Amino acid sequence: MSNVGIVIVSHSPLVAEGAADMVRQMVGDDVPLAWCGGNPDGGLGTSVEAIIAAIDRAWSENGVAILVDLGGAETNSEMAVEMLDPARAGKVVVCNAPVVEGAVMAATEASGGASLAEVQATAEELSPA
Amino acid sequence: MITSAQLKALIEALSATVAAHAAELTDLDSAIGDGDHGANMKRGFDAVAGEADAISAKPEAEALKAIGTKLVMTVGGASGPLYGTLFLTLGKELTVSPDDYPAALRRAVDAVAARGKSAYGQKTMLDVLYPVAEAVEANKSKAEIVAVAHDAVAATRDRKAIRGRASFLGDRSIGHIDPGARSSALLVEAVAGVL
Ligand SMILES: [Mg+2]
Repeated sequence: MSNVGIVIVSHSPLVAEGAADMVRQMVGDDVPLAWCGGNPDGGLGTSVEAIIAAIDRAWSENGVAILVDLGGAETNSEMAVEMLDPARAGKVVVCNAPVVEGAVMAATEASGGASLAEVQATAEELSPA
Repeated sequence: MITSAQLKALIEALSATVAAHAAELTDLDSAIGDGDHGANMKRGFDAVAGEADAISAKPEAEALKAIGTKLVMTVGGASGPLYGTLFLTLGKELTVSPDDYPAALRRAVDAVAARGKSAYGQKTMLDVLYPVAEAVEANKSKAEIVAVAHDAVAATRDRKAIRGRASFLGDRSIGHIDPGARSSALLVEAVAGVL
């Protein structure tokens, strides 16, 4: 699939899965989509390993946009991106946007064939500068 | 150069102090954050300790990188990438300039600041790590360095959090010491006890 992929990272697997459900409702299978949530023990938190795996599941040659909730999800996602193969790392961005609204807006943009930069900009329009 | 035996003792000391203070770190984090700092740190340092033999068999710089990677992969909160970056950068810097510990520490703390998009004075671990890096550069004694670290933790009490979840509390974060600052001081004390 050539559309930009979307990854949802929340401290809570329930939030991540729920946001992914909302994305699917908008774009069906037109956008590669993956989510992860929870720390390596399954409690609230995020896992670099799980984020890397989610990026892999949502991979698109046109790039992947990650939507995160709170600080640790952002820091762990940025770390995960740096740990990717450099050829892949350059095609993954962490969006500064609310996780649910950002994921739905980004995926909708992605479903029309938008570039990674366009997808990111659409999600980030939701955040005050 | 840190020997293999020292590396093993270091890993044991780090994981022991984190385990002994996990409840305290969680209490500190509960007051101004999400209350996961103790459990997260313990998960990470337990994982490092679980591979103490394999890690300490590596050359110093590689061992430090292995500790960093393990923390990144297992902590499960922002402190994973932050402490992970500290150890990863120490390893990278010591690969380039072996034995220049003060410079390696300074660059590692700068890397933590970049990773956390933070700076000294924002009520974070950096409030301890920067004074410690300075004390190491000034060739202070181990006892002095440990004292600097603990004083720096105390100084976070009157600061307002600017980064991390504690910043959501605004002025209400004032009056509590920062859990990340406290864990940093504990790690510094453990290192000073071994090296
Ligand atoms: Mg916390």
